[in-house]
Amino acid sequence: MSERLLAKLRERFGASVLETHSHLGDDTAVVDPARWKEICAFLRDDPACDMQMLVDLCGADYPDRTPRLEVVLHLYSIARRHRLRLKARVGDEDAEGAEIDSVVDLWQGANWFERETYDMFGVKFRGHPDLRRILMYPEFEGHPLLKTYPANKTQPLVAYRTEEEAGVPLEKLAPFGDDEGMSFGRKNGDATGDATNGEA
Amino acid sequence: MGELITLQGSEQGFVTTRVNDLLGWARKYSLFAYPFVTACCGMEFMALASPRFDISRFGAEAPRFSPRQADLLWVVGTISQRQAPVLRRIYEQMMEPKWVLAFGTCASTGGFYDNYTTVAGIDKLVPTDVYIPGCPPRPEAVIDGLLLLQDKIASGDRTPGVVKPREDPVSRDLVPLRKKREGAPTGRTS
Ligand code: SF4
Repeated sequence: MSERLLAKLRERFGASVLETHSHLGDDTAVVDPARWKEICAFLRDDPACDMQMLVDLCGADYPDRTPRLEVVLHLYSIARRHRLRLKARVGDEDAEGAEIDSVVDLWQGANWFERETYDMFGVKFRGHPDLRRILMYPEFEGHPLLKTYPANKTQPLVAYRTEEEAGVPLEKLAPFGDDEGMSFGRKNGDATGDATNGEA
Repeated sequence: MGELITLQGSEQGFVTTRVNDLLGWARKYSLFAYPFVTACCGMEFMALASPRFDISRFGAEAPRFSPRQADLLWVVGTISQRQAPVLRRIYEQMMEPKWVLAFGTCASTGGFYDNYTTVAGIDKLVPTDVYIPGCPPRPEAVIDGLLLLQDKIASGDRTPGVVKPREDPVSRDLVPLRKKREGAPTGRTS
């Protein structure tokens, strides 16, 4: 249904629409990050698009690609009942320098989503009113949803008790078997990374 | 406090042990709980506190939302790294003597949250007396944990204890499907 939307986008923005995909009502456009906000404004304000509702905004990391990160935006039109997924690719191969315009002035609801994307992937949103971490604490270093963030690395805010202090063993295996859970971390008894960092 | 009251010339400290027993007995039935409820285990905690399972039968129902008035810290749910300083601080504000119960697998070991955000067991932050495994533990398991703690209080034992799994009376006689296919006897005769 919203293939018409994609056609409209292509007609209006030409080469700035890098790729499109459409399958059983699931429509995606990958666009040039430099024109992100302009395209969003068009989608919201054009009477034939009328995308009043921001459903979700998030990030994704594809470590083999350059640009490596994707900002993914889901939009919905309540009046016209069509939806569209918009993507923009940002950041170099180390996920550095990922920047894109904020869409908070178009949809207020984007505020916390953009903060989350910044927190988890390190994408900077230009013009965001208050771009701080939202889930992790300010002392946290790095962005945990990047594929290069060590899976068993923790950054405790308070020093853990030592085993001498406690008088009992503190490291525990996670409560799942060899064929369950993830392929790293406490499951394998590799708890070294747990209390300090994931270097081990 | 018990140590101060000794009879002059009494080598065995007969009175001391009696006073400690008495204190233990008094303490174990008047636990003032501080519920530190952070996640889904809280639902099971509500069941435990409500009439059906009713922890007031064991003298542990009075919640105190100030740690200064509490002597039992219930850690119910997942503790994230971000909450860790808060939990430590709450514990430090409690008066001696004080006890800590880890309610559920997350509080005991971090559970399946094997990642950057979760503390893998609250004993890394505060000394823990009783661990209650289960995701979430059934109220019966929690009651077992509470009684275990009360035993420990009465006997002055501060070594950590873990609640053992109970046999579920309903599934006791049921044979897992896999075993049944392998031709195991079903256990039920009539
Ligand atoms: S042990 Fe299970 S029920 Fe309890 S907090 Fe963790 S995930 Fe939730």
